[in-house]
Amino acid sequence: MIELKGISKNFGDTRAVKQVSFKVSEKETLVLLGTSGCGKTTTLKMINRLIEPDEGQVLINGENVIDQDPDMLRKGIGYVMQNIGLFPHYTIAENIALVPKLLKWDKEKIKSRTEELIQKLHLPESTLTMFPHELSGGQQQRVGLARALVTDPSVLLMDEPFGALDNVTRASIQKEFKALEELKRKTIVMVTHDVQEAFELADRICLMDKGEVVQIGTPKELLYKPVNDFARNFLASQRLALEFKVVVIQDIWAYLPKESLKDGDSHSADLSVWEAMELLRNNNHSDLRITCSNQENKTINFEQLTKGFNQFQNAQVHE
Amino acid sequence: MNEQQQTLWQFMAGQSDKLLSQTLQHVGLTFISLLFAIAIGLPLGILIARKRKLSGTVLGIAGVLQTVPSIALLGFMIPVLGIGAKPAIVALLIYALLPIIRNTYTGIIGIDQHVKEAARAMGMSKSQILLKVELPLAMPVILAGIRTATVINVGVATLASFIAAGGLGEFIFGGISLNNTNMILAGAIPAALLAIILDALLSLIQKMDFKKLRKALYVFPVVILILGGFYALPTAYGSTLTAGFTPEFMGRQDGDLGLKSTYGLKIHTIVISDAVMYKAAFAKELDVISGYSTDGRLKAFDLKILDDDKHIFPPYYAAPIVREDALNKFPELEKTLNLLAGKITDSIMTDLNYKTDYLHQQPERVAKDFLISNGLYKAAKNGHNGTVRIGSKIFGEQYILAEMYSMLIKGNTDYDVATKTGLGGTKICFDALTNDQIDFYPEYTGTGLLVLLQPNLKIAKEMAHDKEKTYNYVSTEFEKKFKIKWLKPIGFNNSYALMMRQKQSKELNVNSISDLKNYLDKN
Repeated sequence: MIELKGISKNFGDTRAVKQVSFKVSEKETLVLLGTSGCGKTTTLKMINRLIEPDEGQVLINGENVIDQDPDMLRKGIGYVMQNIGLFPHYTIAENIALVPKLLKWDKEKIKSRTEELIQKLHLPESTLTMFPHELSGGQQQRVGLARALVTDPSVLLMDEPFGALDNVTRASIQKEFKALEELKRKTIVMVTHDVQEAFELADRICLMDKGEVVQIGTPKELLYKPVNDFARNFLASQRLALEFKVVVIQDIWAYLPKESLKDGDSHSADLSVWEAMELLRNNNHSDLRITCSNQENKTINFEQLTKGFNQFQNAQVHE
Repeated sequence: MNEQQQTLWQFMAGQSDKLLSQTLQHVGLTFISLLFAIAIGLPLGILIARKRKLSGTVLGIAGVLQTVPSIALLGFMIPVLGIGAKPAIVALLIYALLPIIRNTYTGIIGIDQHVKEAARAMGMSKSQILLKVELPLAMPVILAGIRTATVINVGVATLASFIAAGGLGEFIFGGISLNNTNMILAGAIPAALLAIILDALLSLIQKMDFKKLRKALYVFPVVILILGGFYALPTAYGSTLTAGFTPEFMGRQDGDLGLKSTYGLKIHTIVISDAVMYKAAFAKELDVISGYSTDGRLKAFDLKILDDDKHIFPPYYAAPIVREDALNKFPELEKTLNLLAGKITDSIMTDLNYKTDYLHQQPERVAKDFLISNGLYKAAKNGHNGTVRIGSKIFGEQYILAEMYSMLIKGNTDYDVATKTGLGGTKICFDALTNDQIDFYPEYTGTGLLVLLQPNLKIAKEMAHDKEKTYNYVSTEFEKKFKIKWLKPIGFNNSYALMMRQKQSKELNVNSISDLKNYLDKN
């Protein structure tokens, strides 16, 4: 668990971060979202003391980070950065083994853990003896992730982890990232300026502007209950796409027709509207069978889905 | 004994012992100083990369040190560190410092900030970041600095022979003063090869990838230590007194060779530059030195000339030597230069030298004072009827003479004057004269005879002790061979001499070279 209590940071006369407070519960992913210069990266770096706060406290699992040796603190926190920062003079294996070596793990343990990780991250074993410059950008980012995960820290900090990748690679890595079992066990704070990415990966989003927190909430709360114009405008340009992603079948269950015509494979009602649309289109299914949490089944086609979604939207506005 | 007819190869084969030991000394000097330079420069470079505010000051100081002329730097070292290896190593170290500090600094600050941040974020301590990230990544740049420093050091190490630290400079500067091309090449070629080979080897290391580099970096310090160790090879001391002779003196028949053959003198000898020799004798670093009989420092440092009782030092009467076509071009020149003929005796010359060397008066002022007191001074006419170019060798006496001639020409003729003083040795001066770079310079009869003409031993011996004979011989021969004319002698005889500190000479009761030999044989 991570807790920030009123932390502030000044750079000269500029107040980069003002009285930021939030809590991240265990195994939760909190995304710090905002434009460049909003203080999100500074906030992130104050968690592992890469930047020391001028005011306020940072508690990790109840312990104030100021009371800990910074090097030891950082060894216990995974860190992934936009520019990856792999050591160009180390092989991939050595890059991954960096922190375990600092912690004086024995060789066998390092080796088996490294092999386990590169398998999970879909890196070919031959890359282990290569140097970073011999790898593609996507592969390098996976190595960066492996390096952060190798000691299985409970807390992971990520600073624009996919920022350096092209759109196609980014989308596929995001997907893998979401599916990765290792990451589901971790408390993660991630920084991004990409709204789509934030909605894709966050349990909760902390929207920041000019060094201050504007709103903290689930993606759905940000979409449907923005606290002010800034929050509303921030999402405006991509609103529809975001809504398709945020709203799940369960949400619009009441607006879908009741009949269940046939047996066969059924999907969970946790499916987002977007995912349901993709399934309907890609798999040439004329309709889709969905099982709700109370075991009720419904079969829907594309028209019924969009109609249900629209009714749900209207209901939100009127609320 | 005409060395010109020897091939370079014969010379090198004949001197192979010396060549080998000089090369080893040279390599040793280069690497010992390099080792110290790395030991000092690397931490300094790291320090200023950490505290950027200091970088301007540190790099500035190192840069200024770099620009101090090497001879001057060696000169400054003598009072503090004496002569021999110590000051040479310190001087070389100073020259090697700048490239090492600068490249360490640039190498470290040039590292990708993100890599450094990643290292911090992974929880590496400052020293771990330095050793595992910064230094390895900066290594190619640091090695480039070391490479520059090495090549600089190979070059500057030739000057180490000026202060008796050995190295290939002994051949090079000996050869220049002795007009012996083979000797110059025997020193210069190995020195150049050394620079090229070391540069190539270091560029190989520099181009290695990180994996090989890591291994190479374990070997590198060991190699430097071993090479540096060459210099520590013990030198055998043969006697209780130490002599310091100039490279020129070492190779001359009327120098060390004559001392050995005529007197049978066996003394532990080191080779040293004229510029620092007297100071070293005064500082008791040396006991016996080869000097010039009219040198002002004799008086300044309280030295005594040992009597040349077996007459191996021929007379060295000074006279201007002029190219004949210059005499035709400037008809007034001969008459004007001869105004000084016979005017300066030994004691006057010693006194004039004393004024410049010890009282630190400007040669110009000393020259003017002398001309005024002898009624020879006339204000400059500022004429523009052609320019006479005066040369001089690189020591005080010649500067004074050049100034006097300059004033005489300006005051008595309509010619303008350009002085090219400080030409580094007989060969350079003479070559400048024959190649129409200067019109005249003051030369000495003995040098003309033994260095420039190099007649066979018989003639040399015959001439050696007769002032008139020597003068007549060089006059005719120069006219015949080089179309160069010896004008009338100025008067003083600046011959070679062995000298000791007055006090020591009294203590040991050594007044002549024979006394010295007897003393050395007994002890």
